[in-house]
Amino acid sequence: MPRLALPALTVALLILPVGLGLFFTLAPALGFSPTEASPGLSLAAFGDLLAWPGLPEATRLSLSTGFAATAGALAITALIAAGWEGTRAFALLQRLLSPLLSVPHAAAAFGLAFLLAPSGWLARLLSPWLTGWTRPPDWLILQDSAGLALTAGLIAKEVPFLLLMLIAARSQTRATSLARVATTLGYPRTTGWLLAAFPALYAQIRLPVYVVLAYSASVVDVAMILGPNTPPTLAVQITRWMSAPDLTLRPLASAAALWQLALVLASLAVWRLAEALAARIGRARAMSGHRGRVVERPLRALGLTLATATALAVLAGLAALALWSVAGFWAFPEAWPDTLSLKTWMRHGPMMAPTALTTLLIAATAALTALALATGCLEAEARHGLRIGPFGRLILYLPLLIPQIAFLPGLQILMLSLGLGEGLAPVIAAHLTFVIPYTFLALSGPYHAVEPRFFTAAASLGASPSARLWRLRLPLLLTPLLTAFAVGFAVSVGQYLPTLLLGGGRVSTLTTEAVALTSGGDRRAIGAYGLAQTLAALLPFALALALPRLIYGNRRGMRGG
Amino acid sequence: MKPLRTLAALLALALPATTLPAMAEPDPANWPEVLEAAHGQTVYWHAWGGSTTTNAFIAWVGDEVSERHGVTLEHVKLADTADAVSRVLTEQQAGQSEGGAVDLIWINGPNFAAMKRQGLLFGPFAESLPSWAMVDTTGKDVQHDFTVPVEGYESPWAMAQVVFIHDSARLPEPPRSMPALLEWSRANPGRFTFPQPPDFLGTTFLKQALVELTPDATALSRPVEEADYEAATAPLWEFLDALTPTLWRQGRAYPQTGPRQLQLIADGEVDIAISFSPGEASTAIANDQLPPSVRTYVLEGGTLGNASFVAIPFNSSAKEGAMVVANFLLSPQAQLRAQDPDVLGYGTVLSMEALSEADRAAFAALDLGPATLSPADLGPALPEPHPSWSTRLTADWITRYGIAE
Repeated sequence: MPRLALPALTVALLILPVGLGLFFTLAPALGFSPTEASPGLSLAAFGDLLAWPGLPEATRLSLSTGFAATAGALAITALIAAGWEGTRAFALLQRLLSPLLSVPHAAAAFGLAFLLAPSGWLARLLSPWLTGWTRPPDWLILQDSAGLALTAGLIAKEVPFLLLMLIAARSQTRATSLARVATTLGYPRTTGWLLAAFPALYAQIRLPVYVVLAYSASVVDVAMILGPNTPPTLAVQITRWMSAPDLTLRPLASAAALWQLALVLASLAVWRLAEALAARIGRARAMSGHRGRVVERPLRALGLTLATATALAVLAGLAALALWSVAGFWAFPEAWPDTLSLKTWMRHGPMMAPTALTTLLIAATAALTALALATGCLEAEARHGLRIGPFGRLILYLPLLIPQIAFLPGLQILMLSLGLGEGLAPVIAAHLTFVIPYTFLALSGPYHAVEPRFFTAAASLGASPSARLWRLRLPLLLTPLLTAFAVGFAVSVGQYLPTLLLGGGRVSTLTTEAVALTSGGDRRAIGAYGLAQTLAALLPFALALALPRLIYGNRRGMRGG
Repeated sequence: MKPLRTLAALLALALPATTLPAMAEPDPANWPEVLEAAHGQTVYWHAWGGSTTTNAFIAWVGDEVSERHGVTLEHVKLADTADAVSRVLTEQQAGQSEGGAVDLIWINGPNFAAMKRQGLLFGPFAESLPSWAMVDTTGKDVQHDFTVPVEGYESPWAMAQVVFIHDSARLPEPPRSMPALLEWSRANPGRFTFPQPPDFLGTTFLKQALVELTPDATALSRPVEEADYEAATAPLWEFLDALTPTLWRQGRAYPQTGPRQLQLIADGEVDIAISFSPGEASTAIANDQLPPSVRTYVLEGGTLGNASFVAIPFNSSAKEGAMVVANFLLSPQAQLRAQDPDVLGYGTVLSMEALSEADRAAFAALDLGPATLSPADLGPALPEPHPSWSTRLTADWITRYGIAE
């Protein structure tokens, strides 16, 4: 095989959908509307956008939720790892948080909404004996105009992701030994870890952090459930304009999508500057020699509290979904439903089975293909001494850094004009565009960090490149490979917009069904579908945790996380 | 400028704006031929999927048409009907004049007006369906959709009328006019809200208030451009300016859809909700979604009513199958099932006089449920304003209240 075939194919799968989709989505913003007889350059759409009174507020919301959610999730992840890594509490938290990664964003958001609303489960559990409420208070907790509920929801969903990425990267850096050295120098564990281990680890998880930032600033489904609506975030407003039957709104939507793109890119640039600033502060702190004994206890307590609260909030939200899926009538302020019944499951079960099968089929195909491509690319890189430069890296993460709403509608128009029908194949291909980067994210750090002297030794013993790949590298990487597959699988299970647009509505997955139901608000049905989705995505994570333990039961260092 | 012009040329090439002449279109008047062609077809029905009761009803329709006519029905569950409209539009732009993704749409109002205006619909077909003979065209306005003449481009399947839902245990005597509602809401702040426009139910609330408050309601039946918009809507904005601060969450947040608003009643967060289906409350009680003490009422001046339709896009890949489904929806069996509050609680579009003795008896025997008003209590439906009013009201509401603070 030509040595660049796999990387070229992968790059094509990443760049073509995004590039062409962007072009066909954004061209209308400049006046190139396909419905107009004589297209010409026009900036009228940007004038319309500036005239939209919600623009400053929507822009502020996108920026603030993006930064706050990313900083919050990263801080919690770092604190918990710094203060508790290697303890029983950490192992327990890790076991609690890992499955939460697979919980689809919409389901998690809905669970949180039901938990935290003024008439939510928390209020019900405390009423009326503690609060005295017989009616829910008229408090704007959810969908608040500052976007706090949205930010909290995003943090709860992103902590598991960052923690998993951190753990996957841990075994491939010297972070653990660096932290140990800091401890022997008299630093308490939290400060020592933050000063010595975190910089090395952050270098490994930098791209996942950028993805979290881009995602948080442009998320649609979570923002629809937890975010404000007067006005909504920019991404939600674009979705509304894009899906409006009134064609004349398309150029406006395109202009707004371009603006969203600029916001995301600017956020990333600002974050990059903040990194440098943080590094400078950290270095000064380290050079000062202060051991930070005073803050040790508060920091550890804070980390544990926040991480536990995160895990418990999502878990309790899931429990609320489960309870609603079997609930009879359930009035405020009752802590429990009047009756329990399987009515919801009986009603939806038969319709759910084929949908679940389609979901698993798409996810397995996409995740496996992405894993093969990612491994192939990384191996080609390793064998031929190629390095993905900063530009290549940008390409790789393009689909995650460009808001989906900015390029998927154009992609749909393009596929239709080329006469490509909708169905499973285009859906899987579109999923691949999003699954490949996540698979890379999960795999590339560990791949590069495998001790290179192993391969030198193997080569000197006469092992061919293939033998070194199959008998040495892949077995060494079993845990990261399985994790990458699980991440890809969960990403595919959670895709809404690509499934809807490229499936022409004819491919239904648990996610498209659940989001359609979310718009309706039947909590019982949402509960059932949310749980089914979660289980579908949970399966490979269970494998990623269990298989290394089974296969390498006698080798502690190979068991990974 | 040159590269841009090249881009434009590329775009024009990739997206032929003109549609190719259609293949031989099916003739709805030749029903045996339609039935024959429909056999074995798969019909993708794009319909809002947010209501589990409608989803179950559509699944039942699928079983029936499969058994009777060999038509496979697939329900494509939408979060918003506009998604299907924009899909067909996209296909038209892309020059796809046959084999489209959408075969049948549950539609009415501005979506229908937009599709009809842009030539996105197949037809006329509705008045050629065999079951059309049973449709009540005199008592029910099924030949206009928000005042736009239907002209056979969509087929009715359910009647809807605005009712207000209240929990009689918490609020025994609900306010029965817009001024009374305002007065009650001032005395009970935070206990009323409506779905946020552009949700159709929220827009419906605006129209319902407008019909009651505007000085001359007849102006609403003509396009908004022909009316004195400022004068017609001034009392509405005055009313809303007063009402909004007294709403749930002081009007800083709204439920996004009708079912979410119902959930607020069930949660005890609000006491009154608007609904466009007289049977919805009874159905929700049967499904444990509302307390048994919930009842419905109408306003003193009457409430808006309209019909739900199904339409077939111009490029549907299964027009015959879609017509068979539309025809089945008009059958007494389907209509009876839809009206059953344990299933849907939707009003029938059929004329009782046109039915057989047995079917008429079956309709008469139907228990409409504890919260459903009798046709006499429901009163006559007020006509919907021209769709241009919905669009303008929604846009203005968003500017005034949708972007708070």
